Amino acid sequence: MSRYEGYKVEADAPLYRPIYETSRGFYITVALLLAIILWAFYCYFTQVRTGLVVTGMNQPVTWGFYIVNFVFFIGISHAGTLISAILRLSKAEWRRPITRMAEVITAIVLAIGGLHPIIDQGRPDRMLNLVESGRLQSPLLWDVTSITAYFTASTVYLYIPMIPDIARLRDQGGKLKWLYSFLSWGWIGSERQKHVLNRAISILMVMVIPIAVSVHTVISYIFSMTLQPGWHSTIFGPYFVVGAIFSGIAALLIVMIAFRKFYHLENYLREIHFQYLATLLLIMSILWSYFTFSEYLTGVFGSEPYEMQVILYKFAGPFAPYFWAMVACNFLIPATILSIRKFKTIRGILIAAISVVIGMWLERLVIVVPSLANPRLELPIGIYIPSLVEWSLFAGGVAVFVLGFMIFSKMFPLISIWEIEEGRKEGLKEVEERIHSYLPTVPARL
Amino acid sequence: MPKWAMVIDLDKCTGCGACMVACKVENNVSIVSPEEAENGRVMFWMDMITTYEGELTHLKARSMPKPCFHCDDPPCTKVCPVRATYINSEGLVAQIYNRCIGCRYCMAACPFTAKVFNWSEPQWLEGDSSCFNPDVSKRMNGVVEKCTFCSHRLMKVREQADIEERPIRDEEYMPACAEICPADAINFGDIENKKSTVSKLSKSFRSSRMMDDLGVEPKVYYLAERSADE
Repeated sequence: MSRYEGYKVEADAPLYRPIYETSRGFYITVALLLAIILWAFYCYFTQVRTGLVVTGMNQPVTWGFYIVNFVFFIGISHAGTLISAILRLSKAEWRRPITRMAEVITAIVLAIGGLHPIIDQGRPDRMLNLVESGRLQSPLLWDVTSITAYFTASTVYLYIPMIPDIARLRDQGGKLKWLYSFLSWGWIGSERQKHVLNRAISILMVMVIPIAVSVHTVISYIFSMTLQPGWHSTIFGPYFVVGAIFSGIAALLIVMIAFRKFYHLENYLREIHFQYLATLLLIMSILWSYFTFSEYLTGVFGSEPYEMQVILYKFAGPFAPYFWAMVACNFLIPATILSIRKFKTIRGILIAAISVVIGMWLERLVIVVPSLANPRLELPIGIYIPSLVEWSLFAGGVAVFVLGFMIFSKMFPLISIWEIEEGRKEGLKEVEERIHSYLPTVPARL
Repeated sequence: MPKWAMVIDLDKCTGCGACMVACKVENNVSIVSPEEAENGRVMFWMDMITTYEGELTHLKARSMPKPCFHCDDPPCTKVCPVRATYINSEGLVAQIYNRCIGCRYCMAACPFTAKVFNWSEPQWLEGDSSCFNPDVSKRMNGVVEKCTFCSHRLMKVREQADIEERPIRDEEYMPACAEICPADAINFGDIENKKSTVSKLSKSFRSSRMMDDLGVEPKVYYLAERSADE
């Protein structure tokens, strides 16, 4: 295939470049990721054939990595849609180069996370029983409902603002013309089309926020609706939502920094964007710590024996390394880096973001396993050691995410081209007018 | 409507484990290999909790047989996404093995860890397949199972009683564990029937239920051990 060069005349050529030019490193990475994914498929196949015996789960630790990763991935998915919707809604002008990536994260990660309960099932072949004889009284069905709603809403919310960009790609006339003409729905950029598009985006962004909040609330309900010590807590809903947004912002930052470097988008993703998002990350870190503090203080102060057993298992027992690593990763490291100006560079922000993603994964682990490992009756304390199959499927999940993102970047621009243009043409004027409208009017001097 | 309940006298229980064996045979419970049992995947519908008290030279072992408690307000049935576990009209908490999707949510929700899961393809003793109890369906890989209070026995007893047009007599319907217990520590019957043994025993001053404060209303009562200086 001859290389397409037509895009180079565009003002935003760097945004088109990844679609038409592919380096060798890209193919090597894809091959590597495909190998991991194939291996994960093989592992899942053995699990289906022989049963969940290939995992490290047992009695009483009946849930392990799969549920931990389910909560973790769905948490990451809050990066996107929620953050981009909030930024759009609050008319934050700096959102323009960020929203698309955030929405892509949501769509991909949600698909991966949503698969985890199926991976976890002993009988995945009976999946359709959830439809045939599903009980809406079960928190698991609430999950199915709200995750499906969120997936639908967030993919639509990703797609609709992409239409003008797809039309541009169609008009470029490079590769995949048939696909772009199909997906662009005859977009010609008329006034009426623009009006409908903006209207659709406004409706969606308002609609998507409550759905996103409901998703992680309902996931926390899986745990908090049971009577188990360590789970039966009223703050779990908001606690999980805060954690989800927290890990979502961190994941978004990592993705932004990575693709900025690979695709040379320094001119679009500028220092200021990272500074603003990092401040948001710092706020969420403090909020998360506040929730964690309240959750454990009420437990310790009440000192119910069974509750205490779980808490001590986390504070000083076998899970102490994970618990304190979680505190360090989610609070100490990001709070130190992000509140000292000298450290708040892009490199510092990257370290903080990676630390938060690890910390939030540990948080899910620290919530799921200890409560199960400490049953109320005087049974021996459960031990959970994840098996190779579980680790492989975890790696597979991450690989699917990276690969999905890379493939997306080869088909569609990672940064919304028309929104950047709109920012240049209309945003500047609009913001000036808006600021004028905030200020008191100056009385005419006599 | 009778309310089937169990009273386990811990003063009589010797911890011999006959109930566990009887249960396993009666209900075609899968035999798990020693290695897998070591990994916490052992399958007992009737389990035995053993706790040790005191110093090494005065060690005292306490045994407590633990079946499913068949709660009147069961936390497990509330969370099942497909109604594969439910409380039936007899008040027994039942499982539908053919509908279970194996999510193990009921196991996570049970405060008494009464349920077990088929982590792999179930295995039984090699040889003559006629040793299976034909009244109890065999389970398959990937589903949750648990004590049913031997409800297949209830069906038989009920049929017989219906033919003879009489109510079920006290101690006519007995689960395998209660029948086998050599120390007569496990009593079973209709707790609503004032004249039944379980009804009388459950009102004993020694009687209590496990974790009554949770409000799940278990139907298994324990009679406390009498201490030596009583």
